[in-house]
Amino acid sequence: MSYTPSAAALKKIQGLIVPYPERSAALLPVLRVLQEESGFVSPEAEAWVAAKLGIQPIRVREVLTFYTMLRRKPAGKTTIRVCRNLSCTLAGAEDIIGFLREKLGVGPGGTTPDGRITLETVECLGNCDQAPCLQVDGIDYGRVTKDMVAALVGELEAHE
Amino acid sequence: MSEDAVRLLPADESSWRLEAYVRRGGYEAARKAVASMAPQDIIAEVRRAGIRGRGGAGFPAGLKWSFVPQGGPAPKYLCVNADEGEPGTFKDRAILVRNPHALIEGMIIVAFGVGIRTAFVYVRGEYARIAGRLEEALAEARAGGFLGRGIFGSDFDLEVVVHFGAGAYICGEETALLESVEGRRGQPRLKPPFPAVIGLFRSPTVINNVETLANVPSIVGRGADWFLARGLAKDGGTRLFGVSGAVRRPGLYELPVGTPLRTIIETHAGGPPEGVAIKAIIPGGLSAPMLMAGELDTCMDFDSLAGACTMIGSAGIIVIGDRTPILDVLKVMARFYAHESCGQCAPCRIGTSWIHKIVSRIAEGKGRPADLDLILELADGMKGRTLCPMGDAAALPVRALVTKFRDELERAVSR
Ligand SMILES: Cc1cc2nc3c(=O)[nH]c(=O)nc-3n(C[C@H](O)[C@H](O)[C@H](O)COP(=O)(O)O)c2cc1C
Ligand code: SF4
Ligand code: FES
Repeated sequence: MSYTPSAAALKKIQGLIVPYPERSAALLPVLRVLQEESGFVSPEAEAWVAAKLGIQPIRVREVLTFYTMLRRKPAGKTTIRVCRNLSCTLAGAEDIIGFLREKLGVGPGGTTPDGRITLETVECLGNCDQAPCLQVDGIDYGRVTKDMVAALVGELEAHE
Repeated sequence: MSEDAVRLLPADESSWRLEAYVRRGGYEAARKAVASMAPQDIIAEVRRAGIRGRGGAGFPAGLKWSFVPQGGPAPKYLCVNADEGEPGTFKDRAILVRNPHALIEGMIIVAFGVGIRTAFVYVRGEYARIAGRLEEALAEARAGGFLGRGIFGSDFDLEVVVHFGAGAYICGEETALLESVEGRRGQPRLKPPFPAVIGLFRSPTVINNVETLANVPSIVGRGADWFLARGLAKDGGTRLFGVSGAVRRPGLYELPVGTPLRTIIETHAGGPPEGVAIKAIIPGGLSAPMLMAGELDTCMDFDSLAGACTMIGSAGIIVIGDRTPILDVLKVMARFYAHESCGQCAPCRIGTSWIHKIVSRIAEGKGRPADLDLILELADGMKGRTLCPMGDAAALPVRALVTKFRDELERAVSR
């Protein structure tokens, strides 16, 4: 039950709280640090954050369930986010998503059985002139083709 | 001074650095403002330039700043809106990456003019990687004495905090953004009170879009007349028009406000690819009702687009080619708004999800004869009846699409 972030995360968190006139305002940045460390925010981590920022646990839960980039469950080591909003759809996003589904053997929201890759579809990534586009762990790739996607996945699978 | 100096996006990739920015005259406007101008004169100059917000709603920036109470013991805040969630929009990203010091200088000027000591830059979570550039630029500005304590040897201090969102379109709405900075769900607040009076942490707050603020240094440095000489008399300056979809050269084009849509699409973006004709154009991000190919001569400014029953919004232009079934476009719209509604008020929560359900049904070939009228009825039920402008943002583009492409949709329904 007892949860404590690593010393490095703790130090980061202390620094993050400082500029906000109210501690509770640091909730999003603090959750971000915890998720970066563990890949998700566990119920124990939720309780820890609530105590740390002096807020009700329900406020942490409310925020966790509102923002799509925050996670309450573990995900794959790498996350591929494919944009499926209009400019990307016009440029063939659905084909890219279909190809990834086939290649990974999981659909959007799923994680490969080896725990390496989570596939997600997202709304506009603000990169529409590079459509169709996606992000791999936050790094942008634009004008993607099936060949590029195959190479990307190959690289991720080869990487230990 | 070179033409480059007045452009929001310098041509040279490496020119984002402080040294390059200063070399092209950067931070001179902030220096002039802090060292030699009275705060109210700064606001008056920006008011005279009449620059309208580049985030979507188009409210005149100087006028908004003048609503913030002068003096008083309470702290005041600046929030920069770098949420850039409106589909089809990718201009603030470019400023953050290619000219971050123009934004920082704009922030210094408004903060000095309004009496602000703390600023938050709200950056969407999806931009966390590219925001590394902004953070580097902020560090450069601090080291150079442009931020922090005693800026330009005066007693003016300014601290800047970068605050990341975590995936929610609604957080681009200004009051939802405030909630998000305060560490809560991004649920919009009822207005009034307006943020200029009661905003972040219950204090007076200025909220502006990245592009709006990046224009401020040249307005203050060169004067309102210089700004007004570009663009239109009542709607001045240039805008970063983003073009995506069915064109040969998708990209950003910085052009005077009032440039005809045809010039942007055909001359700059190269027109549609070989063998494709334009079917429809979304002029200002997904929430802007679409125009037909016959409306290409519409000019890209607030009044002209209002006259065509749409809006310039974020100036993100999406060109739809004639090979795209209009139902595909409607599917994206319906899903997007249903997904992004914050759920706080019934007309938007129920309206968007119901429309999504109907459109999905039509897409599966199970459309019913009354479906299109039902969509229009639901859209009308949202329009003007919601807590925040997202209700309209969802209803109006759906309404325009269904009205303008009724025949094609009727065929899809009866398939
Ligand atoms: C649903 C919704 C989403 C919005 N998203 C953004 C956004 O991503 N970026 C932005 O600058 N403004 C956005 N706005 C507009 C803001 O509410 C606000 O008008 C703007 O940030 C003010 O800055 P400006 O006057 O400089 O444009 C949005 C509005 C609504 C209703
Ligand atoms: S209109 Fe929609 S997004 Fe705005 S407050 Fe209501 S439910 Fe939320
Ligand atoms: S629609 Fe895909 S990045 Fe904008």
